[in-house]
Amino acid sequence: MTGSFPLTRSSLIAGVRSPDGARRQRAFEALVTAYWKPVYKYVRIRWRSSPEDAQDLTQGFFTMALEKELFAGYDANRARFRTYLRTCLDGFVANERRASRRLKRGGGAELLPLDFLDAEGELRRHEVPADAEMDEYFRREWVRHVFGLAVTTLDRECAASGKAAHFALFKRYDIEGRAADEPLSYAALAAESGLPLTQVTNHLAWARQAFRRVVLATLREATCSEEEFRAEARDVLGVDER
Amino acid sequence: MTWLPDAAVERLREVAEWPDFDGTRYEILERVGSGGMGSVYRARDRELDREVALKVLSLPDPESAARMLREARVIARLEHPGIVPIHDVGRLPDDRVFYAMKLVAGERLDQLVARGEPLPGRLRAFERICEAVAFAHARGVIHRDLKPENVMVGPFGEVLVMDWGLARGGSAVAAEAAAPGTSDPVGTTSHGAVLGTPGYMAPEQARGDVLSVGERSDIYGLGALLHFLLVGTPPTATAPIPTGRLRSDVPVALQAVCRKAMAAEPAARYATVGELAGDVARFLAGDAVGAYPEGTLRRARRLARKHRAAIVLIAAYLLMRLLLLLF
Repeated sequence: MTGSFPLTRSSLIAGVRSPDGARRQRAFEALVTAYWKPVYKYVRIRWRSSPEDAQDLTQGFFTMALEKELFAGYDANRARFRTYLRTCLDGFVANERRASRRLKRGGGAELLPLDFLDAEGELRRHEVPADAEMDEYFRREWVRHVFGLAVTTLDRECAASGKAAHFALFKRYDIEGRAADEPLSYAALAAESGLPLTQVTNHLAWARQAFRRVVLATLREATCSEEEFRAEARDVLGVDER
Repeated sequence: MTWLPDAAVERLREVAEWPDFDGTRYEILERVGSGGMGSVYRARDRELDREVALKVLSLPDPESAARMLREARVIARLEHPGIVPIHDVGRLPDDRVFYAMKLVAGERLDQLVARGEPLPGRLRAFERICEAVAFAHARGVIHRDLKPENVMVGPFGEVLVMDWGLARGGSAVAAEAAAPGTSDPVGTTSHGAVLGTPGYMAPEQARGDVLSVGERSDIYGLGALLHFLLVGTPPTATAPIPTGRLRSDVPVALQAVCRKAMAAEPAARYATVGELAGDVARFLAGDAVGAYPEGTLRRARRLARKHRAAIVLIAAYLLMRLLLLLF
């Protein structure tokens, strides 16, 4: 595919502006999926909310976004979507706090089933950043969430296409192996999995390329323009912006 | 969802950018750096059984691809011992552009300064940089991003000027200026876009004044490099042109060379890189530099320093003759 990105999924931001109600709803739900966890963690840390309050505020924020078509009003020329979303979130939480209009705990409509227990479990593994580092915290947690979603998608795709062994090696070597004190070697992984070394490296190479494809597709969906996509992709991939 | 600790996130960043060279002559060994467009990897060329450096785009977007291909072609035109040679260029299965170049061993210029290389060694490296840039200018190429991080010094004192990603040939400069507000023919940049590195960028370049950017913009960059070599820091944004004494331990003649190279007006700078290098060579040889009109006393001191050995010998001879006369 010379001259264009090898990605087919379109921007979710464009989706929430669609006149087609069903497409709009699907795009909105996908956006919530892409951003809810960093939003929840941010509310918990930045606004020092209890888990219950943060759950209500997260659901309330996305409900408000749907009702007021907040995401459709995003202007790509002014900021990245991620920055826009966080700014709107800060405004929403501040308003809720000022007016004490927060929905009664447990009484708010649940827009989407979100696994807050999972997010809370992750929070317990974090160091709490200083106030001045909240921008970076939100960015870091968003990257973690994007990678988490990509890992889940890759797992599902591998299982469906008979490549479960590929994913198992990828998970063992590139995720679990790196979190361990002593990184795993290819030889150790081959011995552990009972596969020849060349097959291990081939499977890993395939899974890594598939992972890259899924990450870029996720970013493509979560951004609005080519420029924003490139900026976010470079950010997520850890490449310095000149 | 799988919990991803920080170490795993960092690993997945690498994995997501890792290029797929499967089925090619290259085997990636490690990532050695990253920049605005992509990353550089140490790799093994299986066919020639040697290590090379591979510069690979992070994303397959057409604008970056055109810029990278242009960089590769610029380097290919510049066959010089001071410019890293390019071996190969191509596209990966995911459409990312890459090129293979010589793997340079050694240290960056900023690392050379940080470990305390004495002044003569730093100035000799500067002369080699000037030679490479002068060669590029002779072929109509302006580097536009000279800075310590873009210069490698090898274990035998060889110097290589790297990263020609912002380089521009004379005709392309004209084309860029002739089409304001649009991308130039190779899609490298837009008119007025500020390309370069603050601290090392000539004022006309920082203003985005494309028409004024030329060889003397690189001479400004070389002056800023010389400033870095003399004091260990780039000129600051608030006082880009060093005035007065840079530091008491920096020879005033070199300060004058630095000031002339970094003059705000291009016309006030050295006309060619050769002139600038000539002044530095004259300083190293103990001769007067063109940028610094010295007084009689300073000239006498310089000559005394330059001819110290001869003066000591003559003085010893005269003293011996005097002693012989007396006794």
